[in-house]
Amino acid sequence: MKLNERSVAHYATCNSPADHAGFLRKRVERHHHHAHHHHTTSYQRHWFVLKGNLLFYFEERESREPVGLVVLEGCTVELCEAAEDFAFAIRFDDAGARAYVLVADGQAAMEAWVKALSRASFDYMRLVVRELEKQLEEACKSLAACRNSPRRFSSSGRKRHLSNPALLPLQEKPTVLENGYSTWGSGGSVPGGATCPDRDEGHAKPPPLPPRRRSATGSATGSPAPGLSPAMPDSPVSPETDCFSKLHSWYGQEITALRREWQERQKRGHP
Amino acid sequence: MRYNERELLSLARQPAEKAAEILMRVPKKGSVLKKRLVKLVVNFLFYFRTDEAEPIGALLLEHCRITKEEENVFSISFVEEPERKYCFECDSEEQCQEWVEALKRASYEFMRRSLIFYRNEIQKMTGKDPLEQYGISEEARFQLGTQKQ
Repeated sequence: MKLNERSVAHYATCNSPADHAGFLRKRVERHHHHAHHHHTTSYQRHWFVLKGNLLFYFEERESREPVGLVVLEGCTVELCEAAEDFAFAIRFDDAGARAYVLVADGQAAMEAWVKALSRASFDYMRLVVRELEKQLEEACKSLAACRNSPRRFSSSGRKRHLSNPALLPLQEKPTVLENGYSTWGSGGSVPGGATCPDRDEGHAKPPPLPPRRRSATGSATGSPAPGLSPAMPDSPVSPETDCFSKLHSWYGQEITALRREWQERQKRGHP
Repeated sequence: MRYNERELLSLARQPAEKAAEILMRVPKKGSVLKKRLVKLVVNFLFYFRTDEAEPIGALLLEHCRITKEEENVFSISFVEEPERKYCFECDSEEQCQEWVEALKRASYEFMRRSLIFYRNEIQKMTGKDPLEQYGISEEARFQLGTQKQ
């Protein structure tokens, strides 16, 4: 099966944020049988970079291209009873698939990796996004309906599964339509489940436009995205707008601006 | 670059966000439009010969540009090689628009940005960080401007 490897390798090495990185020793998997002598386990040290649901590994930290990639879908991460200390394994649901056994430098490093990897799946991120989408909707409602006393939402029921992805309840999976294809979230339209709050209230003013996030947090990428001016179109969360579809296209602009910035930095010849 | 192809093939068999038979052309000299089963699963776009169970190929949809081209047509290209386009010709303009919208939202990076945006908005509206109650507010993946270590 072909894969757009060049683009994938580029994604691995470009400036977009890594979710975790560090040295790990990876167990070398042997495929042939050792009939008459002991199977000696050996490990190779690599520089690992986690981006989203993709775990890349490089020969050296400065290597310009990854030597390998582990797609982290349909897997679990668990501590390993291997001979090595600080070992953990990435195991796939698919029976018969090989596991990746990795060894960290110490307890803290191991724990950090296990945590980062167990939250790496696309579904987990999607779950958190949906959860926040709901909360934002509730906050919109609160603001529109009751200006003086914003509701506190209790979501303690959801608390456990967001911090521990292993407890993901089944109903959070994307719904399956009759033709066998599942759809995710609101797409371009705003279906029943994710409608923005009742706009007929109209009593409250729209929330103020979000300030430029990057200046607030001191973005690692330097100057604010050039493409976005303070005079943005309707705030995506104002009651007049079609909340989520506007929000998504608002995001599209941000991404375009960010991408342009990354490209410009590429041209300036970063290593 | 080595990768766990077996798992990727397994992923290709999962329920899709979106799937359809679409005419597709790869950015190779002399290639023509061919009917393919195109399937979007998480941030991968798989494409199959219409009568085969295993995909011919997969496109990771990160750092890609989805462009609406002429009527019924959209393309996917990647930021480091914008002139190399994977072209898709749909049955209708409506189908074309649906795919463009779906693919623009398909990347992990898009989700990350959405999350950061929602988080920020909720914080502004309620004064509370919505991730705190889940104990995940310090997770690197939910921060803006995370450095490559």
